Amino acid sequence: MALLEARALSKSFRGLRAVSGAAFDVPEGGLVALIGPNGAGKTTIFNMAAGVYAPDEGEIVFAGRRIDGLRPHQICAAGVGRTFQIVKPFAGLSVLDNVIVGALQRESGVPGARARALGILDKLGLAAKKDLPASSLTLPDRKRLEVARALATGPRLLLLDEVMAGLRPTECDQMVAVFRELNRGGLTILLIEHVMRAVMALAQQVVVLHHGEIIARGAPAEVVRNPAVLECYLGEDAEV
Amino acid sequence: MSREARVGALLALLAAALVALPLAANSYFLSVATLVLYFAYTGQAWNVMMGFAGQLSLGHALYVGLGAYAAAALFTQFGIGPWAGMWLAMALCVAAGVAIGFLAFRFGISGVYFALLTIAFAEFTRIGFDHIGWLGGPGGLFLKVEAHKTTDLANLRGGQTMFYYVMLALAAGAFALCAWLLRSRAGYYWRAIREDEEAARALGINTFRWKLLAVAISAAMTSLAGVFFAFYYNNLFPEQIFHISQSIEIILGPIVGGVGTLFGPILGAAMLTALADALNNLVAAMGWDIPGVKQVFYGVILLLVVMFVPNGIWPPIAKRLGLGRGG
Repeated sequence: MALLEARALSKSFRGLRAVSGAAFDVPEGGLVALIGPNGAGKTTIFNMAAGVYAPDEGEIVFAGRRIDGLRPHQICAAGVGRTFQIVKPFAGLSVLDNVIVGALQRESGVPGARARALGILDKLGLAAKKDLPASSLTLPDRKRLEVARALATGPRLLLLDEVMAGLRPTECDQMVAVFRELNRGGLTILLIEHVMRAVMALAQQVVVLHHGEIIARGAPAEVVRNPAVLECYLGEDAEV
Repeated sequence: MSREARVGALLALLAAALVALPLAANSYFLSVATLVLYFAYTGQAWNVMMGFAGQLSLGHALYVGLGAYAAAALFTQFGIGPWAGMWLAMALCVAAGVAIGFLAFRFGISGVYFALLTIAFAEFTRIGFDHIGWLGGPGGLFLKVEAHKTTDLANLRGGQTMFYYVMLALAAGAFALCAWLLRSRAGYYWRAIREDEEAARALGINTFRWKLLAVAISAAMTSLAGVFFAFYYNNLFPEQIFHISQSIEIILGPIVGGVGTLFGPILGAAMLTALADALNNLVAAMGWDIPGVKQVFYGVILLLVVMFVPNGIWPPIAKRLGLGRGG
């Protein structure tokens, strides 16, 4: 059964059609990657799913309920967690306090939220840095913090926006292991990713977006051999 | 000693010194201490909005003025005492704050533009009160001071010591309230909004509602300072109480002491008020006549703080005392 379903989504910005009739779904318990060249409309789809703005046309259905047009905090409460492509840590707060803010979404009191946050920091390997101010973290750690905060809200679906970008291959593999573990635990994940190493290792299904339209979908190994996909990434004269 | 124990020790020491102060101090010294506590209190109230939730108000004189006029009007026109009047004062200020906050947050006015909006509301309220005849207009509203020799706590009529203790209770209450707020859900949500509102929303925080709550609490707290002001000074003039210089004086303490910290507003108020008064006395003792020397002094202090300790003077002190980052 599909946990997230996008039906004929369209969105324009001042005449520029960023997303045009995009339709795809993310099965419950699945791990789907959304790929495509820069400007293909991936983040626009994410932002519509996370409630930053409403689609011009189409519907987004999450767990059987329409969520398009809801505000970001309502979508979070419904069970969708997200990270930002450009990380947004609460710089002046400690790492632990950052995650407590997220955990308060599911816990009625601060002590409960603290316990929940500590568990998640442990899972992401940030436990030793819990008392540092978030501003002092390195980029890989900031990305981990971004994931930890989103996880703390107790989502059923996690939207990951380029969390691998800027990571070294070993760091990337660590993140892949974390997401695989989370997915095995029942969490549904939709990720936007440029790092093909991560996409190939993680995704069960890949959706390819180009100029706002979905041009291919399928298993990762299939998709990378699809002529239309190669064309959009490499140009039409490319030889394989 | 643990961090909690050290904070507790510091608080106990401060509280004991403040409670015992009237035994040692003369009436003049006590009036300066009352003023310090007044600005520690209003600074604490302003800090809820700016320091915790990141919403810059440059018009807090509005809440001082509305609170003062509400309680004073009830007292002079209907004989209703301040303990009953303060509820009207609070309700009025909460309504005003929520109205301003609603307009601003609903239409996405933030940062500098929000600050300008707060100035605008304070300013046109000042001009408006100049035209309310039954509250004295520009000529001022006066409270009777006949019972000044006896202490009548019910009507807040009495001597310097009574006012000192009333202000001390208010300041202590504000400190306790802020300490509790910071550790609660509200404190976490406000600081998240202050640091990054978009990220806060993505974590399920209804930022509109929590920002309004910060304004409401800050306005309610500030209104009580207004009630105190009315009964302490016994005269109110729109040109004085709603004036932007009043707003500026409220925010100087927390800025000098440390925005967003609990001790910053207290330390800042103590430094600015006490030193400015000492300077005034010194100038008078030398037989000089320098009008505006206090404002120049504030300017110099502000300049030094911005240049050398931009986060305020409390955070580095807290670090040295081993109290963490000034929380």
